[in-house]
Amino acid sequence: MDEAMWAFGRVSGFISLALFTATVLLGILTRSGRPLIALPRFSVTLLHRNFALLASVFLGLHVGSLLLDSYAKLNPIDVLVPFLGSYRPFWQGLGTVALDLVLAIVITGLLRHRIGQRTFKAVHWLSYAMWPIALAHAIGNGTDGTGKWFLILAAASVAAVGGAGAWRLSATFLETSKARQGGMP
Amino acid sequence: MSDTLHIDWTKCDGRGLCTELLPALLARDDWGYPVSRRSRSGNRTDVPIGADSLDAAADAVRLCPRLALSLVGERTSRRA
Repeated sequence: MDEAMWAFGRVSGFISLALFTATVLLGILTRSGRPLIALPRFSVTLLHRNFALLASVFLGLHVGSLLLDSYAKLNPIDVLVPFLGSYRPFWQGLGTVALDLVLAIVITGLLRHRIGQRTFKAVHWLSYAMWPIALAHAIGNGTDGTGKWFLILAAASVAAVGGAGAWRLSATFLETSKARQGGMP
Repeated sequence: MSDTLHIDWTKCDGRGLCTELLPALLARDDWGYPVSRRSRSGNRTDVPIGADSLDAAADAVRLCPRLALSLVGERTSRRA
């Protein structure tokens, strides 16, 4: 049973990270106001939200299964308070920080209509910190984190998110940027 | 009095979700901002919503990335 929890903890963490990578990319695309080939804008937004929620579910399974694993020796307090763990506390702590950020981002996301755009947005920006922290946690703490195939995937993800981030900062990021800069579309 | 979709122009950024969800009611101008197709008086801020578009309008309110939309009217206030 222990072995199963361990295996499940690893794979669910991997799936969660992969889904969060897709979530960040979809979030940047949503912000640009552009549709995705045949997907209309509202579908991209819904996809971004649903990927985020699914990633959070897998994150819950990841933490939950490792709480039940005796080798990881995860204390309930390690789930929310970083850097106190017994196994590679720094790298595990990064996972805890990422989890705390995810909780804040998801809760403010679900309450967007109540708390208002300004607060939502301020917290939502933390996603850009959450993703690299989660990736660092996976590399530094994961059993396969420094494996060749994982590092190749990680490098590809960094290239994808980095590229999307650079696009986000570029002058032609918005669908309407050309028209708004004065040139008619 | 029919329901209207109120657009808060201090928040709207012309992202285009509402125009996709309500294609019969809203068009986009050259800068991406919504324009009412039916408004006769040139009122861009309050878009009349028929009963058949009420659900789509509610979706638009829910999904607007800038929280710029709200539904105002008899049916909605009775519902809420």
